[in-house]
Amino acid sequence: MITYPVFSYQKAKRMVNHQEKQTPIIEIKGLNVRTREGEILKNINLKIPRNKIVVLLGPSGCGKTTLLKSLNRLTDLHKELQVSGEVLIDGVDILKVSRDLPAMRQKMGLLSQRPFPLPVSIYRNVAYGLKLKGIRNKDLIAHSVETNLKRVGLWDEVKNRLNSPANSLSIGQQQRLCLARGLAVKPAIILADEPTSALDPISTRIIENLFKELKEHYTIILVTHVLRQAVRLADHVVFMYYGDIIEQGHPDDILKHPKTEVLKKYLVDGN
Amino acid sequence: MNRIRRISDLLVNIWMRAGLYFLLALPVLIGVGLYWKAAPIIGGHSLRDLLFSRQWFPMKGEFGFMPFIYSSAYVTVLAFILSAPLCLFAAIYLTQFGKHRLLQVMLPVIDILAGIPSVVYGVWGVLVIVPAVAEYVAPLFGVASSGYSLLSGGIVLAVMCIPYMLNMLIEVFQTIPVGMKEASLSLGATHWEMVKHVIIRKGFPGILSAFGLGIAKAFGETIAVLMVVGNTLDISVSPFSPGYPLPALIANNYGEMMSIPDYDSALMFAALLLFVIILIINLFFRYFIHQTEKI
Repeated sequence: MITYPVFSYQKAKRMVNHQEKQTPIIEIKGLNVRTREGEILKNINLKIPRNKIVVLLGPSGCGKTTLLKSLNRLTDLHKELQVSGEVLIDGVDILKVSRDLPAMRQKMGLLSQRPFPLPVSIYRNVAYGLKLKGIRNKDLIAHSVETNLKRVGLWDEVKNRLNSPANSLSIGQQQRLCLARGLAVKPAIILADEPTSALDPISTRIIENLFKELKEHYTIILVTHVLRQAVRLADHVVFMYYGDIIEQGHPDDILKHPKTEVLKKYLVDGN
Repeated sequence: MNRIRRISDLLVNIWMRAGLYFLLALPVLIGVGLYWKAAPIIGGHSLRDLLFSRQWFPMKGEFGFMPFIYSSAYVTVLAFILSAPLCLFAAIYLTQFGKHRLLQVMLPVIDILAGIPSVVYGVWGVLVIVPAVAEYVAPLFGVASSGYSLLSGGIVLAVMCIPYMLNMLIEVFQTIPVGMKEASLSLGATHWEMVKHVIIRKGFPGILSAFGLGIAKAFGETIAVLMVVGNTLDISVSPFSPGYPLPALIANNYGEMMSIPDYDSALMFAALLLFVIILIINLFFRYFIHQTEKI
């Protein structure tokens, strides 16, 4: 008589979750971005693992931001850019979707170099994405606004002035507001483009600590050219140079034992 | 050497200050000058009669400016209604949806339109708009019209205002940070939702500014309107009726009717009225811009 192994539901779920965690959340295949003047990204192939902080490192103008913006197709705003290849978000090529593009973009919260609060109140900034999602229940929106402002440690600072214009906040507060706004739409990925470059050391530390907490639930792709930030935060480092990925791997490997001369030079000059 | 540098520094400073004070004083001087020349008619008639009376009989000494104010306001509002939405959507399309190349082609075209002398617009109005209104538009509404009408004036004015408003709106929309658009799109907005929530909202003070400029320009425009509006004293709701705006009154009569007592002063009063109305329009828009910038 044949005996079949018996799996419990929890065990099966754990296995599925484990399998899911092993599959990359983003897979980039042969991504090229070019303008009339030349190539910005050259045949990029990259797998972004789930629930990790992936740092895109490299000198200014190496294509880090363009790569980041290709992931949620914000390159569409720059009509001079020609994008080809595949960017698979959970298996769906974002470069090929048309009708579902806004929903796909909601999977990726964006944090820019400089905070860009929308020209509305603090409350409406956080509620904005929810309304775009079609959520009309005021209690639900209010709850989400409070939860996400608490999550980024901003609630106590703004709870008495939620209807004030968002641009009345300090730059550090604005950046946290933008993070709360992004988190409110429940993304799976956070795209952060040098999010601390305009911030003072205290605000920088707050954002970095938030990232460490958030990676439990989110995949964070962080663009930076601050080596020390990469060391502090990265689970996986991707070093880029002139539109190419030169090296990638665990920070201990590639930052302490660089294989290429370019990275060695960058680490010396960067430090 | 140091002394020469100090003196040149001082001279430049004085020159700049003098220029600035002159510019600041200019509107005041114009206002005072017009008031001084209009003083005889202001002293001889009540302001209420001058502004609200329909009686315009200079030979009898009756100077009611109401028909002129009405015509000016009518053609201005009409021009605004016809041109403002067109400019707004054209500017949005050119800056947010169209290819950069299209904008590059359009900008010199807009500059050319702005540079055309108003008399050319007037001639175009007489040759194209007036016959079109008489032969096609008025019959559509079952009205007989010579074509020389408030509508023709409004259309010609609208076309004249377009380059100014469009140019300014394009500049306003181009200054909105890309990061703000990216923020909206990344939160799941469609392109149009981004335009609605970010571009129009953020650019609102600039939109008001452009509209204010358009209205002020339309209100003061003289020659082109004068050529197509009919120059007949009338207060009619119908856009197919002729009108007689304030600038046309001044341009038609200045230097010719000076034998009539107080006529000179009445025309100066018309100029003062124009000046004050445009000042009020500007202040009104400035106030709204200030209010919206607080948001």
